[in-house]
Amino acid sequence: MSLTKRIEALDRRWIFLLMLLAMSFPLIVHITLPLRVTPEGRGFYESIEKLQSGDIVYLASDYDPGGKAELDPMLLAALDHLFRKNVKIVGATLWPAGSPLLERAYNAVAPKYNKTYGVDYVHLGFKEGKENVMVQLGKSIREVFPTDYYGTKLDSLPLMHSGLNGTPIDKLNDTKLLVNISIGYPGTREWVQQVRSRFNLPMVSGCAAVSAPEYYPYVQSGQLAGLLGGLAGAAEYEQMIDRPGWGVTGMAAQSLAHVTIALLIVLGNVMYFWNRRKGASRS
Amino acid sequence: MLRREIPIFLAMIVGWFMVGEFFFPWAEAGGTEVQQMAVIITAASVVLGVANVIRINLLKVSRREKDWQYAMLLLAGIALMGFLGTVLPVVHAAVHGGAWKLGGFGLAGITSGTLFDRLYNRVYVPLSATMYGLLAFYIASAAFRAFRVRTPEAALLAVAAIIVMIGRVPIGEKIWDGIPLLTDWIMNVPNLAAKRAILIGAALGGIATGLKILLGIERNFLGSD
Repeated sequence: MSLTKRIEALDRRWIFLLMLLAMSFPLIVHITLPLRVTPEGRGFYESIEKLQSGDIVYLASDYDPGGKAELDPMLLAALDHLFRKNVKIVGATLWPAGSPLLERAYNAVAPKYNKTYGVDYVHLGFKEGKENVMVQLGKSIREVFPTDYYGTKLDSLPLMHSGLNGTPIDKLNDTKLLVNISIGYPGTREWVQQVRSRFNLPMVSGCAAVSAPEYYPYVQSGQLAGLLGGLAGAAEYEQMIDRPGWGVTGMAAQSLAHVTIALLIVLGNVMYFWNRRKGASRS
Repeated sequence: MLRREIPIFLAMIVGWFMVGEFFFPWAEAGGTEVQQMAVIITAASVVLGVANVIRINLLKVSRREKDWQYAMLLLAGIALMGFLGTVLPVVHAAVHGGAWKLGGFGLAGITSGTLFDRLYNRVYVPLSATMYGLLAFYIASAAFRAFRVRTPEAALLAVAAIIVMIGRVPIGEKIWDGIPLLTDWIMNVPNLAAKRAILIGAALGGIATGLKILLGIERNFLGSD
C-alpha cells in the first residue's frame, strides 16, 4: 500500500493521540494567547456593568455536568462580576442535574466577596416544567418555588423582600436582568420566546459554542443584549472583567485543537483526491 | 369516540385559555391555573419516566438480555441515588432525627456536604463531562475520514467551517488578522440570514399548527390509534 493510501486509511487511534497532544501541550507548558473581544461578548459585559449596587438579577443556570467545561468558566465569571458590583442574585435551574453545579459556583465565588446566603444570593433549586415554569416565574416566583434549594421558605429569606421600598421580590420583572447560562433545551431560545418578549425583561446569554449561531438572530434583534459563545466567549468575558480563569487557560488548548481538526480536514481531502487521481491515471 | 373527542376538546379549551390571557384580563387567572396544572403534570411524568426505565431494565436483567450487566448497574444507581436523595430525607424529616452521618457526610439530603452530593461530584460529574469531552476526539476522527469535498456545496461548507473554527480562537488572529473579520461576517450575514429564515418558517408553522389544534382540526398529536 502506498504512503498516501496508508495516510488516508490512518487508524483513528493515531488521530486521538494527535488530539490529545494538541490539547494537553498548551495546558502543560501554560501557553496564553491574546484574546479578541466580540461585540456580542461586550454586550454581555456591559449589561452587567450597567447594573447598580443593590440591583437584583435572575440567574438561570440551565446546564448539567456535560456542559461543565464550557459553561462553568462563564458562570463563575458572571458570579464574580455580579458580586463585585454588589448585585444580588436569585438563581435557579430547569435542568435536573443542574442544582449542585450552581451551588458549587456560589460556594466558590461568594466567600471571596463576603456574600451571605439569603441576603446577597439565593439558590431556588430545580423545577420540572420547562417553558411553563418560565412563564410562571414571570407571574409569581413563590408559586413555583415556595422553598429554596435547602427547603427554607422564600418569605424567610431577606433577599426576597429587598425590592423597592422593601417590597417582596415575586416576579421576574422585580429583577433588573435575566442572566441565562445554558447548554440546550430548555435554555436561551425558550427564555427569549417565553420571558424576554412577554415580560420585557432585558436578557443576556452564555451558551455552548454549538448553540451560539442559533442565537445570533436574537442578538441582532436586540432581544439578547449580549451573548457569550462557548469557551471562547468565557475567555473574552474573563479578560474583560480582569479575572483570568479556565476560559483563558483553555483557549490555547482549544486553539490548537481547532487548528488540528482544520489540518485533518485538509489532509484527508488532499490524500483522497491524490489517491483518486492516481487510481484514475492507472486505469 | 370519547377517546378522540375528549382529548381534542381538552386541547382546544387549554389552548384558548393560553391565547385568551393575552387579550382578556379575566382569562389570566384561568391561564395561570392551566400552566400550574401543566407544571404538576410534567413533574408527574418524570416519575412515570423513571418507573418506565426501571421496568424496562428489570425485564432486561430478568431475561438476561445482551448487556444485562449494564442494566443492573443502572438500576443500582437509581436505587442508591433515589434512596439517598428521596427516601432518607423524608424518613429523616418524619422522625426529626439529628445529624445522620456516614464517613463525615450527611446521609439525608442532596445539598453540599451530603453523601448524595459527594457521589454526584465524584462519579456523575466526571463521567458526564468525559462523555462530552470525548466528542472532540470523535469529531477530529470524523472530520479526517468523512469530510470529503465532493461537490461545490461541500467545498463551501468546508471552507466556511475552517474559517469559523480558526477565527473563533485566538490563534486565528495570529495566523492572519483578517480571519476573525471573515468569521464575524460569516456568523452575522449568511448564518444569521439562514437561521432567521428557519426561525420565521418554524414560527409560522407553529402558528398554523396551533390554530389547527385550537379549531379541533389537527389530530396528529393524538397518535394513530
